[in-house]
Amino acid sequence: MVLKSILATDCGSTTTKAVLIEHVSGEYRLTYRGEAPTTVEAPFEDVTRGVLNAVMEVEELSGRKIIDNDKIISPASETSGVDIYISTSSAGGGLQMMVAGVVKSMSGESAERAALGAGSIVMDIIASNDGRLPHEKIKRIRELRPDMILLSGGIDGGTISHVVELAEILAAANPQPRLGQDYKLPVIYAGNNKAQADIRETLGEMVDLDIVENIRPVLERENLEPSRDKIHDLFMEHVMQQAPGYKKLMSWTDAPIMPTPGAVGSLIEMIAEKEDITVVGVDIGGATTDIFSVFQGKFNRTVSANLGMSYSICNVLAESGLDNVLRWVPFDIDRRELTNRIGNKMIRPTTVPQSLEELFIEQSIAREALRLSFKQHKEFAVGLKGVQKERTISDAFDQTTSGESLVNMMDLDLLVGSGGVLSHAPRRQQSAKMLIDSFMPEGITQLAVDSIFMMPQLGVLAHVDKKEFGEEARKAALEVFHKDCLIRLGTCITPVGRSKAGDVVMTAELEMPDGDKIEQQLVKDQIIKIDAPYEPISAFLKPAKNMDIGAGAGEEVKTDIYGGTVGIIFDCRDRPINIPSDPEKRLESLRSWSSALNEYPKE
Amino acid sequence: MAHAYTPGLKVLHYSNVKKDRTLPIKGQVNKKKGDLVNANDVVAKTDLPGNVSMVKVANLLNIAPSDISDILMVKEGDSVNKGDMIAQTDGLFGLFKSDVRAPVSGTIESVSDVTGQIVMREAPIPVEVDAYVGGVVSEVIENEGVTISSEAAYVQGIFGIGGESRGVLEVITNERGDELLIDSINESHTGKIIVGGSFISLEAFKKAIDLNVEGIVIGGFNYFDLEDVLGYTLGVAITGTEDLVTSLIVTEGYGNIKMSERTFDLLKNHNGDFVSVNGATQIRAGVIRPEIIIPLDKKKIPEDKNQTEGILGIQQGSLVRIIRAPYFGKIGEVLDLPSELQKMESETMVRVANVQINDETFIVPRSNLEMLETY
Repeated sequence: MVLKSILATDCGSTTTKAVLIEHVSGEYRLTYRGEAPTTVEAPFEDVTRGVLNAVMEVEELSGRKIIDNDKIISPASETSGVDIYISTSSAGGGLQMMVAGVVKSMSGESAERAALGAGSIVMDIIASNDGRLPHEKIKRIRELRPDMILLSGGIDGGTISHVVELAEILAAANPQPRLGQDYKLPVIYAGNNKAQADIRETLGEMVDLDIVENIRPVLERENLEPSRDKIHDLFMEHVMQQAPGYKKLMSWTDAPIMPTPGAVGSLIEMIAEKEDITVVGVDIGGATTDIFSVFQGKFNRTVSANLGMSYSICNVLAESGLDNVLRWVPFDIDRRELTNRIGNKMIRPTTVPQSLEELFIEQSIAREALRLSFKQHKEFAVGLKGVQKERTISDAFDQTTSGESLVNMMDLDLLVGSGGVLSHAPRRQQSAKMLIDSFMPEGITQLAVDSIFMMPQLGVLAHVDKKEFGEEARKAALEVFHKDCLIRLGTCITPVGRSKAGDVVMTAELEMPDGDKIEQQLVKDQIIKIDAPYEPISAFLKPAKNMDIGAGAGEEVKTDIYGGTVGIIFDCRDRPINIPSDPEKRLESLRSWSSALNEYPKE
Repeated sequence: MAHAYTPGLKVLHYSNVKKDRTLPIKGQVNKKKGDLVNANDVVAKTDLPGNVSMVKVANLLNIAPSDISDILMVKEGDSVNKGDMIAQTDGLFGLFKSDVRAPVSGTIESVSDVTGQIVMREAPIPVEVDAYVGGVVSEVIENEGVTISSEAAYVQGIFGIGGESRGVLEVITNERGDELLIDSINESHTGKIIVGGSFISLEAFKKAIDLNVEGIVIGGFNYFDLEDVLGYTLGVAITGTEDLVTSLIVTEGYGNIKMSERTFDLLKNHNGDFVSVNGATQIRAGVIRPEIIIPLDKKKIPEDKNQTEGILGIQQGSLVRIIRAPYFGKIGEVLDLPSELQKMESETMVRVANVQINDETFIVPRSNLEMLETY
């Protein structure tokens, strides 16, 4: 069944965004969008108000009548209504969870992965071996007031006392939910199945306990799905019920409301699977930076809770250090003056860079925020230990450091950026350059930005499971993702290996869509941009003897690559990028790289 | 007329300030509706559950957890004093007995034969909530607290550190552009809320702390220096829980910035009045700005109590402050609000306002303007 029109909203903490997707000339396209302030807080305290306001903007623009008597008209006719209405939400601070596991780097980490994957913010990880004394843990749990808790620990059939001990700590703390005083806090138990009865006895009366399959039934395998699904269910049943107006909103939607990052994650997971590619997605916001990745078929999400471009901009400075920010700034500035300027952005987060200098500073900080968030992501997105090798006790307890990161930049096919600083950069070249400088892709990598951050809405659309239109909804999500959601910036090509200044690191022969042939010789530390549309371009890439472009050192690659609004970017800088420490040389390098991409207006 | 939503800081000669004063958990409310209260009056109190100690009895006595009930000398609900024996083994032929003693005074909350540990809870911790600001109890929230209404002058700062303080207000500098110098702070300011002009140095702030000054209201402070005061780099603007003797309320921003004329004049008008201040700041959804509340003497309450709080946006003629470089800190009047997007030097396309400052017109993105709400 063709869906004539689809309405999707995303209720963010400050803005509610609505998009209308319509079936036009045989394909699904984004046709109109509108937005309005979110109305979760006083004086409205009803999320549906903001939703209706955003939809009204869509109505005005499209001329299609969607609302009647404060309700969404469904199904669609020629001139009114929609066939499906869906929504995501991160209003009121999103979903905030605490997770607990016996061993921090094992069940604790698995629980964290499940919670993050479901789209939540993980406030803390309580573990038997986290170095805190029981009373410190209890104090912390009392202070936190999460929306829900995920408790795990022990392999199936293993020792039960450790996980029960954790439950006793929880019971002693008697945690209270964040919203509403009159309901019990939801707790999911996903640990050793042998301990279920004891857990029920310890916690059953005090909290709203749900028991699901063990998150780590054996050391070698994670089983995140049951926990993730249960988190989504409880998010709908409990958390959303407490948020103002959500009961009404839930009665309007054709699919469960998903936490915004959970929806983005599921879309990225689906794209990676359907197209058999590896993907990294990033959403850099004012307060947090979310990173999603799919490598080796495994999905991972991390939230860098205090790395953002406004509310937590000073934390980027604190974590990266002033020198790391300054290395990207292409002019000299007094350090005290710079920190005051950044501090002022934190306390007045809605301001925009008016001068070019301010833009330089903001984009320099963005590079560091992205770099640090990605570093955290790489450390978290690791394989489970002991899977294909003999496990010893020592590495069984030290998963993070010895588990190898799944993130391999040479394997990365698509890098997608979103969030104000990337999506709204005055020039797309700036978005591409920020992505390259901070993620440092290797080999051949496509770059894109989600210009209006539609991924959350498309994520829920891809998850509509009503029989009559589930399959069509997924088709619509994919079509819109490719045609309207992503702005293709182009492809970054980076040979990696050892080379000296002045060395030719690669030659490239390109056959452009119009038949033109371009041959390019590339020298170490050089950036070259070739204008090219988002169409297949036949490329023959010959790296130098020690350089690797994806097929091994010195191995040639013949493939189709794609341009985009920026084009094909040959980035022959080292990995990691080497910025000269000498102030004059540094400025010279920054200016030369920048001008190769036509990144900023001429001063 | 063109109109744009712009957040602004309040600088109000008169406002009916309402403050919820509630307990962290349910308890007892001491005041009833209509009661007059002073800032220091206790309005509600409760007992927080005591701290918890977990005693690993089975581990300490080297027995199986399931055997714990055999050797326990107490049961759930019993009260024990620190040092009391709570478990003892039979020993060998009645000799070589081992025991476990209570590490704290409290009650036995639970005993587990799975983990072999007992949970002890100490005596409840009393918590009191005071009125914070003088006024009248306008509402009682049963078992939770009260709402205090206060007819007051009300000023918001942009950023603060330190929690609630109170004291007599003393304006120290003559001009709003004067720096609050270290030498101008002395013993007579102990227990007071002092007001300076454009800037206070780290050294001067430290001296105020040494002299137990209750609070400082100032135009600007260096972001760089916060680390020295707090002991850590402030990464996220969520403050108020710092353990500081002297609360700091910055009215304009980081750097050396003249205090706005209206703020400075208002505070000067109330020199010598008793005020309540709170440095708590939260710059996220549900914004909290630091505040200065000056309960008004009946004589000072204006007859016309119109408040400006209903105004949500800037319009032609609005008084605004520019809050980002390159014109940071300048105050001017909005000439007009053109509807078309305009390209800035950074090439950002934005909606702008034409702002007149000292007979000169500046084009400024609307989102870089802050409305001065005054009355």
